[in-house]
Amino acid sequence: MQHDDVIWDIIGNTQFCSFKVKTKSQSFCRNEFNVTGLCNRSSCPLANSQYATVREDKGQCFLYMKVIERAAFPAKTWEKVKLSKNYEQALEQIDQNLLYWPRFIRHKCKQRFTKITQYLIRMRKLVLKRRRKLVPLSRKVERREKRKEEKALIAAQLDNAIEKELLERLKQGTYGDIYNFPVHAFDRALEQQEDEEEEEEEEEEEEEDVGQREYVEEELDESDLSDFEDMNKLRTSSDEEEEEEEEDEEDEEEEMEAETEAESKGRGSKGKSPANRSTPTRKKKRAFVEIEYEQETEPASKTRTT
Amino acid sequence: NFMSPEGAAKKSGADQEEVEVKMEKTEAEAAFPPTFSVSEIKNKQRRHLMFMKLKQEKRKQKIQLKKKKKKEREALGDKAPPKEVPKTIENQRVYDETTVDPEDEEVRFDEGTDEFSAYFNGLTNPKVLITTSDRPRGRTVKFCEQLATVIPNAHVYYRRGLALKRIIPQCIARNFTYLMVINEDRKVPNGLVLCHLPDGPTAHFKVSSVRLRKEMKRRGKDPTEHFPEVILNNFSTRLGHSIGRLFAALFPQDPQFVGRQVATFHNQRDFIFFRFHRYIFKNEKKVGIQELGPRFTLKLRSLQKGTFDSKFGEYEWVLKRHEMDACRRKFQL
Repeated sequence: MQHDDVIWDIIGNTQFCSFKVKTKSQSFCRNEFNVTGLCNRSSCPLANSQYATVREDKGQCFLYMKVIERAAFPAKTWEKVKLSKNYEQALEQIDQNLLYWPRFIRHKCKQRFTKITQYLIRMRKLVLKRRRKLVPLSRKVERREKRKEEKALIAAQLDNAIEKELLERLKQGTYGDIYNFPVHAFDRALEQQEDEEEEEEEEEEEEEDVGQREYVEEELDESDLSDFEDMNKLRTSSDEEEEEEEEDEEDEEEEMEAETEAESKGRGSKGKSPANRSTPTRKKKRAFVEIEYEQETEPASKTRTT
Repeated sequence: NFMSPEGAAKKSGADQEEVEVKMEKTEAEAAFPPTFSVSEIKNKQRRHLMFMKLKQEKRKQKIQLKKKKKKEREALGDKAPPKEVPKTIENQRVYDETTVDPEDEEVRFDEGTDEFSAYFNGLTNPKVLITTSDRPRGRTVKFCEQLATVIPNAHVYYRRGLALKRIIPQCIARNFTYLMVINEDRKVPNGLVLCHLPDGPTAHFKVSSVRLRKEMKRRGKDPTEHFPEVILNNFSTRLGHSIGRLFAALFPQDPQFVGRQVATFHNQRDFIFFRFHRYIFKNEKKVGIQELGPRFTLKLRSLQKGTFDSKFGEYEWVLKRHEMDACRRKFQL
């Protein structure tokens, strides 16, 4: 009790205290036994021979007390009392232990104890909630994987693969009758012929169709070309064969027999039905016109003209 | 010029070596390798020069060899030996014993009775719930929206800090078949958890190279509501097969060919590339494709048997970097 003022004179104001942290507005005390955490004459554990704090260890709260009688035994200065887990009972314990102690210390101990119990409760609640787990990324691994991915992308040749797959599906007939491309059917028909020797039948039918009339015009090639130019976003290799194939599609609609598709390709004539004239304007407005719709409308008009 | 005796010796030595090299060059092809090596020259500039010369020499020889070979090929004409196929990683791939044989009975039986059998037998229709991790940022939100347009019958819901384990029973109650959670890190989507709902497998992927629709070059208009077709490429092993079925069951069974849209999952070296295209057949040999829709790559990190349960779940497959990345030619999918 005698040294306290002297000690405070030294460490509090004039000279150095290693626990003191000064900021612009206030100074704090980093001493672990400090009740309030501020650097004050009444809160300094070094400058008060009679002092008490509440601290917690692994969820358990303890009351620490220091009295002047034990000032000569540094190892035994702090007396540790375990506080009950029940909040009210613990408060009573504090009161009992700190009976006749200055009001300031009693009050501050209880405040500190309240704060500690509150944060312990919050910790227990948080553990039950979902926690976001932070997983560290290794930069080397990430770089390596990125490079591997680029190489894999190049090796994949995605566009080619997709195109191949789509053409495969077309060949296998998963699209059914939506797209009627004669050459493809021609190939299939060819295979059938090789097996079954149906060539003779085809020749006869060719002769039959020689008599039939078809309206052959060549002006509409340009319009068709321009339509396809509109869809230039699509990757095209060459547009030369397109017109012929298109015409062949339309011819096919007339002849609903599979075998006769062979001759239409065989003829290879640039035939266009008049019905095609009405469609170009429609094509230009829309980028994705379904070919099948055009074909469906053509036969009706064709039958009228023939 | 003051030079130390060693320096002088080395310089003259280098000169001599240069002379030697020149003489060897003039003798058409080198008969024997010189006994000195370029690295023994102490002077950096000279060493560099010598090295460059050596490299040029080697390059010339290589070109000459190639020319000779080409001439020989042309001379032989039809009798020339067939061209050697260059080695690629795909060629050299270590044979995986779990590669699925198309006619394997056991596999077919397994696939007939696994968790996707209901879908593949046409009993259930896919209904997908897309959500994110907490507090998603702009890019992730846009990505979710675009995914929802690509996958038919998909709904995006905002995650309000709910636990996945509680969401899952609710989803099952409302007849969802899929739960997709897109994880976000630093405002960019980087993970995907795909959970097949009534009790199905859960796959966790790493997502990379996400390109949103506006970042695509030469893209088409927005995808329509038609059901797209699905292309699954290169899923060869057993694990690959199960992942492939996982993706296939996201989309309805009957694609509407009228829409001419196709969603592709292409597996290459364990990276799964997703693309969404619109196609048009020009003729039977040519098809044009135009990319719409987002694109991203996935890498499988773990496959779990039940629904999402990171602590107690039974993991069917986990990416173990040390074992699996050790060999460059070994792939899992």
